[in-house]
Amino acid sequence: MKKVSKAAVIFLGLVTVLNYLPIILTVVYSFNKSKLTSVWEGFSLDWYKMLFNDGDIKKALLNSIILAVLTCMLSLVIGVSAALAMRGKKLIFDDFISGFASLPIMIPEIILGMVFMAIFSYMNLPFGFVTMTIAHSSFCVPYIFLIVRARLMGMDLSLEEAARDLGASEFETFRDVTLPYILPGIASGLLLSFAMSFDDVVISIFTTGPSVNTLAIKIYTKMKTGITPEINALATVILVITVLMIFISERTRKD
Amino acid sequence: MKNKKLNKYLLRIPIYIFTILFVILPLAYMVIISFLTKAKTWGFDFTFTLENYKKVFDPFYLNIFLESVKLALASTVLVTLIGYPFGYFMGRLSERWKRRMMMLLMIPFWTSGLIRLNGWIIIFRSNGVLDKLLMFSGITKTPLKLLYTYPAVLVGMVYFLLPFMILSVYSSVEKMDWSLIEASRDLGASRLESFLTITLRLTMPGLLSGVVLTFVPSMGLFYISDILGGNKIVLIGSVIVEQLTKLRNIPFAAALSVILMLLTIVFLRLYKKVSGTGELEGLF
Repeated sequence: MKKVSKAAVIFLGLVTVLNYLPIILTVVYSFNKSKLTSVWEGFSLDWYKMLFNDGDIKKALLNSIILAVLTCMLSLVIGVSAALAMRGKKLIFDDFISGFASLPIMIPEIILGMVFMAIFSYMNLPFGFVTMTIAHSSFCVPYIFLIVRARLMGMDLSLEEAARDLGASEFETFRDVTLPYILPGIASGLLLSFAMSFDDVVISIFTTGPSVNTLAIKIYTKMKTGITPEINALATVILVITVLMIFISERTRKD
Repeated sequence: MKNKKLNKYLLRIPIYIFTILFVILPLAYMVIISFLTKAKTWGFDFTFTLENYKKVFDPFYLNIFLESVKLALASTVLVTLIGYPFGYFMGRLSERWKRRMMMLLMIPFWTSGLIRLNGWIIIFRSNGVLDKLLMFSGITKTPLKLLYTYPAVLVGMVYFLLPFMILSVYSSVEKMDWSLIEASRDLGASRLESFLTITLRLTMPGLLSGVVLTFVPSMGLFYISDILGGNKIVLIGSVIVEQLTKLRNIPFAAALSVILMLLTIVFLRLYKKVSGTGELEGLF
């Protein structure tokens, strides 16, 4: 029988507490009346009021969401179609292409940021949503592709054959057999992509246009000039959204 | 049947186009730029030069490379020391607690890295939470001014990268056949012996992919040192950013990136050789 020693439990607990400490402090200090983070002057909702009246932040949030959705859509099409295409017999360039396709999650973000900036200006693409969606998709496609491919590898091919034998068309087979099977993979790939796009700073800074500011970029520039309680409030809001998303994904996974 | 074959080709088109246009082409372009001359104003002239690479091997930049590798190594060692036992113990919990632990891990993991760094600023800043705690307990008398120091950056890196290691190790531990350990114990192996000969060996893929997932990103994570280190700790990532945005020397930034990428690829190759698969455990 597996047993967990007391020391192990204490270790797990301690690391988890440390893991949460910065987050908890952020939440606590978002309710701080004082403008200084080092002094506690009592409870207040002022920073939240300020946040909800800050038009720039609302716009940045909207931009982040639009960008994440666009990225998810593009990555979904590319990743899933590739996973479906490459499950059977391999073509000569398949390994080469899928190898390169996975590269963006391996190489440092800063390199991606700079190569995208260089190539987009060379291609004369308008900097903004177009360039950012492409750049973000470069690191989301591999996740969706690899997750869905892993899921397909575990799939029994005879399921589809049976459907075909029973008279289902190819499309029907896909819709009724294959798709439901890979759906959990697609869902977790999409959630991951959404979160990563939403979170990304480095690549965004290099591919953003003059008019598109995302929330992550905004937080980053604000943090560089020193933190304000407003960022704490914003962080808390984002935290709540994240927690909700995780709960939803857990729920869907169970079903 | 013919239709099916055609579909298989059609389905490949998006990834082929995307990868060629937006992964292979940009990277090739970067390599080309790294051999070009910086233009007087913005951009570059199409004259071939090796100057940029000569500059990379200037002691000043070489030293920064060395510092970045050192910090990445230090982070990886610390992450391994904390993450490996964490993943291992997590794998021994009951199913119910495993799920809970997973959830507890995922919440910070999915929260913006920036937001979590924000919390560390609150802790580290002069007269911040840590200083208060230390002074209150009488360990120190004056504020330590920990923000913008090397330890602060190291903590930030470890904190940021730890989940990758934990998840990799955990997924390896999950696959492990515990009866092997029981058998070894029955046959007289000590705890340490059975750990070294069985557990460690079976969880090696997870450990190795954890190391890759920690070391590789840590080479390029410039914003942690930027925010927690101020301008005092200069890493290769920050140099690239500076060359790009302030000094506008794109060819030199490209040369630095090429070297950084070569380092990454060498490391990944090494990993592939050691692990035999190249698949990264835990993520998929």
